[in-house]
Amino acid sequence: MLRLDRISAGYGRAQVLRDLSLEVKPGEILCLLGRNGAGKSTTMRAIMGLVPLVSGTIWLGDERLSDLPAHEVPRAGVGYVPQGRRLFADLTVAQNLEIGLMARQSGPEVRAEVLTRFPRLRERLGQKAQTLSGGEQQMLAMARALCLRPQVLLLDEPTEGLQPSMIAAIRDVIVGLREAGVAVLLVEQRVDAVLDLADRVAFLENGSGGAVMTADDLRANRSLVDRYVGV
Amino acid sequence: MELGPYLVLATLEGAVTAAVLALTAVGLSLVFGVMRVVNIAHGEFFMLGAVLAWWIAQSVVEHPAIGFALALVAAPLIVGALAVAADMTILKRLDYDPERTIVATIGLLYIIQQVTLMGYGPDARPVEAPFNTRLALPWFEHGAEGWQMIWPWGLGTTSYKLAVIGAAVALLCAVWALMARTRIGLVMRATQADREMALAFGIPVERVYAGVFGLGAALAALAGVLIVPIQQAHYLMGADPLLLSFIVVIIGGLGSLPGTVLAAVLIGLSDGIISVFFSPTLAKILATLLVGLVLVFRPQGLFGARGA
Repeated sequence: MLRLDRISAGYGRAQVLRDLSLEVKPGEILCLLGRNGAGKSTTMRAIMGLVPLVSGTIWLGDERLSDLPAHEVPRAGVGYVPQGRRLFADLTVAQNLEIGLMARQSGPEVRAEVLTRFPRLRERLGQKAQTLSGGEQQMLAMARALCLRPQVLLLDEPTEGLQPSMIAAIRDVIVGLREAGVAVLLVEQRVDAVLDLADRVAFLENGSGGAVMTADDLRANRSLVDRYVGV
Repeated sequence: MELGPYLVLATLEGAVTAAVLALTAVGLSLVFGVMRVVNIAHGEFFMLGAVLAWWIAQSVVEHPAIGFALALVAAPLIVGALAVAADMTILKRLDYDPERTIVATIGLLYIIQQVTLMGYGPDARPVEAPFNTRLALPWFEHGAEGWQMIWPWGLGTTSYKLAVIGAAVALLCAVWALMARTRIGLVMRATQADREMALAFGIPVERVYAGVFGLGAALAALAGVLIVPIQQAHYLMGADPLLLSFIVVIIGGLGSLPGTVLAAVLIGLSDGIISVFFSPTLAKILATLLVGLVLVFRPQGLFGARGA
């Protein structure tokens, strides 16, 4: 589904990713683990076309995603939930969802389907995004991305700073997406959450790919977590 | 004439200034708000609107109203298209960098000004108003026989000046409706809020920027067309609207459209009143002083959000 083929990328002269290769399959949750600054968020930004590639190719099925301008990437079917949510704070919940729907010209039935996953947002449709609680904002960030009807969903620390009940709700949504056949690339700092959710885990070290293994293998080899994440 | 009628007269003159200023400043505010580009050439788009209005009006030999109506449509379209071309060939290449685009728009200012000088010449030229009926205004005085309605000599305005105020209000309402009630406005507001996230949700940001730059220039050109029957078209006439627009946009809050309109009314009315009672120079001095005070005590402007 989504395949990164030896990509290198960075900001100006600072190269962050070096020859990174990854693959996420439909209905799979692949989790990226690594220390701060290892290049996890940059990997997601590179997939979205927000960081220019120096070399390598990103594929979505048979389509060369890396050849598209950034605004065409979501239209191809890649949804993005960035770290810190980055909602359109001054717009209402309904308007944030509308922005998500517009990219692929989706109709109200898509919005209705998304809202069944996040019923709490239905009560907040007229409210400005900046007035929502942290958990509601995270729900909105995910709902906005799901309005794209993505084949691949990039989630950058979706449970950061949330209370446990909210984390459980977000987890259920991610599991539901896997069951619906969506490929999920997840960046998560909490190792227990990774082990709970991920089908496979890929380690990043200094912008390069390290070991890739199943969650079961990682459970059996926790020392790798210490090596790559240092916790 | 006594003070009361004199004040009404000054307020009316100020309202015309405020109306034209609000249109010009909203264009500037829109460009800054969405694109973060400080457009120093904005006054030249105003001037181009006025010059094109003269050119179109004198090309149409029928009734002046026909030429003026044609100018009202064609001048903003031509200037808007020119601005879109400038955006795509200059600003886009600079990646909309805030510092470099200031220098680029200074260059654009001189290019437009000098090309106009070469093609149009140094003369100030009038455009006939499509209608210009003199309207006397009544005043009420309390005398020995109670309240009386009188018609003081000199207290009046023209139908055209009232039409300018009406047209500006209608256009500002249209801009508000565009921003608040349409999908185009939603896309512009999302781009203004977070350019990168707009891209990540399929918004072609560069096309939005080109459209906004064109719209901002078209609004300035419209203001230029509206003012040219009152003030003659001249190749240097863009300087004052640019200065006043910056004053208005800073006082109102950079990127805040309601703030811009309110500040335009404040500055326009005070400019009219102070100019009539004292001098236009004093009006400009006080407006500039007000900007200084706003920058010191409330840098985000009276209606702007902190950090905007």
